[in-house]
Amino acid sequence: MSAARTGAVTTAGTGRMARFIDWVDERFPLTAMMKEHVTEYYAAKNFNIWYVFGVLALVVLILQLVTGIFLTMNYKPSAEDAFASVEYIMREVEWGWLIRYMHSTGASMFFVVVYLHMFRGLMYGSYKAPRELLWIVGMLIYLALMAEAFMGYLLPWGQMSYWGAQVIVSLFGAIPVVGDGLVEWIRGDYFISDITLNRFFALHVVAVPLALLLLVVVHILALHTTGSLNPDGIEIKEKKGPDGIPLDGVAFHPYHTSKDLVAIIAFAIVFSAVLFFAPEMGGYFLEHANFEPANLLKTPDHIAPVWYFTPFYAILRAVPSKGWGAFLMLASIVLLFLLPWLDRCKVKSIRYRGWQFKVALLAFAVSFVALGFLGLQPATEKVYVYAARFFTLVYFAFFLLMPLYTSRERTRPVPERVVYHGHE
Amino acid sequence: MSEEASVSRRHFLTVATSVTGVVGLALTAAPFIASFRPSTRARALGAPVTVDISRLDEGAMVRVVWRGQPVWVLHRSKEMLERLADEKSALKDKDSAESIQPEYARNATRALRPEFLVVIGNCTHLGCAPLERFEVAPADLGPDWVGGFFCPCHGSKFDLAARVMDGSPAPTNLVIPPYRFVGEELIIVGEDAGAAA
Repeated sequence: MSAARTGAVTTAGTGRMARFIDWVDERFPLTAMMKEHVTEYYAAKNFNIWYVFGVLALVVLILQLVTGIFLTMNYKPSAEDAFASVEYIMREVEWGWLIRYMHSTGASMFFVVVYLHMFRGLMYGSYKAPRELLWIVGMLIYLALMAEAFMGYLLPWGQMSYWGAQVIVSLFGAIPVVGDGLVEWIRGDYFISDITLNRFFALHVVAVPLALLLLVVVHILALHTTGSLNPDGIEIKEKKGPDGIPLDGVAFHPYHTSKDLVAIIAFAIVFSAVLFFAPEMGGYFLEHANFEPANLLKTPDHIAPVWYFTPFYAILRAVPSKGWGAFLMLASIVLLFLLPWLDRCKVKSIRYRGWQFKVALLAFAVSFVALGFLGLQPATEKVYVYAARFFTLVYFAFFLLMPLYTSRERTRPVPERVVYHGHE
Repeated sequence: MSEEASVSRRHFLTVATSVTGVVGLALTAAPFIASFRPSTRARALGAPVTVDISRLDEGAMVRVVWRGQPVWVLHRSKEMLERLADEKSALKDKDSAESIQPEYARNATRALRPEFLVVIGNCTHLGCAPLERFEVAPADLGPDWVGGFFCPCHGSKFDLAARVMDGSPAPTNLVIPPYRFVGEELIIVGEDAGAAA
């Protein structure tokens, strides 16, 4: 019975391979690690499609690391050569266009899967006790990812690279007293220059990826300490069989891995469709203004960040004051960190929560998407400005009113065991 | 030595070692943090620019480059200042409330001394370089034109104090950089009575 749920991959035997594994195990805990994190890590059997995005994020991370390494072999991080070296990669390096488009498409797809992964967490209460630290580490990964994407976008040294960086870096100038000095410190110059490009390159290819990898390891270790949650929001560790294995759990490998493989293939199909047929995605993944080299004396018509930053950019612009706009933008991210303590409801999954949370989460999701759209529009239309203010209000209401509406929720009873209609 | 004394002694040593270690770490970090600041070369390239105005005739303009931006110094004649004073065109930001300039240049002539206009020559619309059109009422700019700057890219018009006229796509007046006079002969751009910008 339990054998059907465990990862039945054993290396027992007396062959050469088994003897080699034994030799390694005496010197490094290989088998023990494999068991703890792969073959004997038990996750609920009722996972749905929302539970594939963590694995997909890991796949994209590896893709970005590999393609990134190959790009650095031909890219030149100087104001003089950067733009031309990217064109060189696109036109003259064998398969350079493929590697570069994989990297640029990967950046956007990274945010697609991470946003879906985070929304899964919101729906099923993955941020609630005892997973607060898991959520915070995840948020740190998200911050590192934003830094990585922002600095990477400067590297092609196109018009949008340049002016986008100009706008974002100057945001730090909104900080009272130290602001101007801080901006100068970040740029290493009095304007975005060769010096800035060179240091962003170092941070983008060495410092931030190292931090990201470390954080991902911590994220997975934290996950494997608390155990994965599930769409019912039930702790499967509380109901264990006589063998000590959760009754509703199945081993990560081979059961979840084989399911994840299907998701990876489906994702690869979508990814390839974008990569080969619409690598610029109509100007959303690679903005048109960026096909022109950076010109210090000429601002593009309309500066908009890449789509994954636009919800926050819309919040920034919704406020007529630079200082308060920057503050609200910061607050919109800080509030996400506080989610485990803002939500007072004991029930984790949206399946058993009251209408208050369902309505609030829907309003939040709509406002996030709407802000994303508004952040792409020019700020000259009055209608867009008022819409951005309205959705900013909704965004903040979701968090700030959360302690009120979640403590009043009338929840439904949570079942003892996970709801599962698969093959027995 | 008693057990208790030994423990408190160890505790003291642990704290002392930790504090020393942290101080050492902070001191070691300082050069790395400081290395992010503008280098000597960047500071030299971004240094204030000195403009010799002793041989700048009335009505003439010189261009210098400061921190990658063109800076114009225009010697306005008495007659130009009179034209500026009784200008008829409507201005978007007459009092320079929305525009960028040092506090000492937020006045009618947008200057420290009325006869010298120091301004960054990038259109506040999309950064093109406006042209100097100091003549009165030329055919292409209409009878109300009393001299100023005209941006050929999208038609923004600025007066002789670099203030933007109504109907121009540019949102604000041209930017005035920090500057100061040294005697009667020199202007230093990029530095004012306060400190280096």
